[in-house]
Amino acid sequence: MRQTREFANPPVVLGYATIAGPKEGEGPLATYFDKIINNLYYYEDTWEKAEQKMFLEVVEMALQKASVKKEEVDFFLAGDLLNQIISANFVAKSLGIPFFGLYNACATFYEGLILGAMLIAGGFAKKVLVGVSSHYATVERQYRNPTEQGVQKTPTSQWTVTGAAAVVLGEGEGKIKIPRVTVGKALDYGMFDPSDMGGAMAPAAFDTLLAHFKETGLSYDYYDLMATGDLARFGWQILVKLLQERNINFGQRLTDCGIMIYRPDQQVNAGGSGTACSALVTAGYVFNELSQGKIHKFLGIGTGALLSQVTSQQGMSIPVIAHAVSFECY
Amino acid sequence: MAIDKNEYQKTVEKIKPKPPVLKNCLLAFLMGGFVCLLGEVLFHFLRGYGISEKDGYTVVSVVFILISAILTGTGIYDDLVRIFGAGLIVPITGFANSMVSPALEHKQEGLVLGVGAKLFTVAGPVIIYGVLSSLIVAIILRGLGKL
Repeated sequence: MRQTREFANPPVVLGYATIAGPKEGEGPLATYFDKIINNLYYYEDTWEKAEQKMFLEVVEMALQKASVKKEEVDFFLAGDLLNQIISANFVAKSLGIPFFGLYNACATFYEGLILGAMLIAGGFAKKVLVGVSSHYATVERQYRNPTEQGVQKTPTSQWTVTGAAAVVLGEGEGKIKIPRVTVGKALDYGMFDPSDMGGAMAPAAFDTLLAHFKETGLSYDYYDLMATGDLARFGWQILVKLLQERNINFGQRLTDCGIMIYRPDQQVNAGGSGTACSALVTAGYVFNELSQGKIHKFLGIGTGALLSQVTSQQGMSIPVIAHAVSFECY
Repeated sequence: MAIDKNEYQKTVEKIKPKPPVLKNCLLAFLMGGFVCLLGEVLFHFLRGYGISEKDGYTVVSVVFILISAILTGTGIYDDLVRIFGAGLIVPITGFANSMVSPALEHKQEGLVLGVGAKLFTVAGPVIIYGVLSSLIVAIILRGLGKL
């Protein structure tokens, strides 16, 4: 198997926590989050500090919910969307756990889950902490325009989710298991529009999704629910069309975190994006549904657009990636 | 099962939602006209108080810049632009917004390297190419003997 790994002793989720921003707290998944902050500054004087505070808090919350002490955690895997992944680095500095900084844009959470699961399944760690964050205002000012500048956005543009999520992975007993993962390849379909990430990322989700089913040999109706990371409404429509062209129809079982996290009337254009988008939906909504037995088999496909402002301005197309992780709970 | 690149780009173009151009144009036209109307009203009001024509234009601009700066600072201007687009980007109020928003945004990095260095990030290109194009127009008009 080229991209997929199946674990003989599946790593388990020991604990998880989510903190969501104000807009996400008004969305349809609000009741699934552990905490909602009501202001983008979160009692700090800069947005960057607010993001770090939220991130550190969610990590401590996840450890507490898992009843795991910092000293017991072998590795901390974390990332975010800011230059030099500063949010993750500053949180790691406060934690003092051996640390790997990760960057796969909005697919970072799934990248972390895959690596964490592999470290445990490979016997290199007993407990791994995975965390990510993103923040609307810090991302907007780094990648786009000043937040208060008047701009008319296109219908394909997406709204960066403010939030942070952390998951403690471990070995042995646990309700939610990670039986298999599929690592995505960085692909490029010659898409250039940075305000249309969904359209750029849809083929990556398609590629990883099909690789997952092909390599595992699972039937297309195996999972109760599948969710792509942040293709949002438009990107998700393209993915569905790509699948239909090959006579694959998942129907209601295939959704997208970028669609789920906001109501359509929340002025977010195509939907949500950002590292925290798939993380909040997975560690908030999906894990709760799994532990309550409402769904049993879930496949998450984290999607990321691996561009920077510089590559866009220099006229380069957008490389994209998608990582899949399955969660099962019986 | 692989996706053909060219085929894919065609698929995207087909599905891609188009911006509502007609609606945007209409709203921009109405709002742009409304801003001009306000300017006219203010101008004639000032003239009524005996302000000269030349000073009247300046005062109108200053008042509009002030209003735009306040609306930017209170977080209202970007919401209005989302609806009215070019109707609020093209007038002088849009220019004021493009100066105030980076100033607000970067004050966290200090007055020199933040506000000072980033103040013109949005407006800078407008000024550079505005000056450059007026220079070219002036040279052409001069050549035609009209200046």
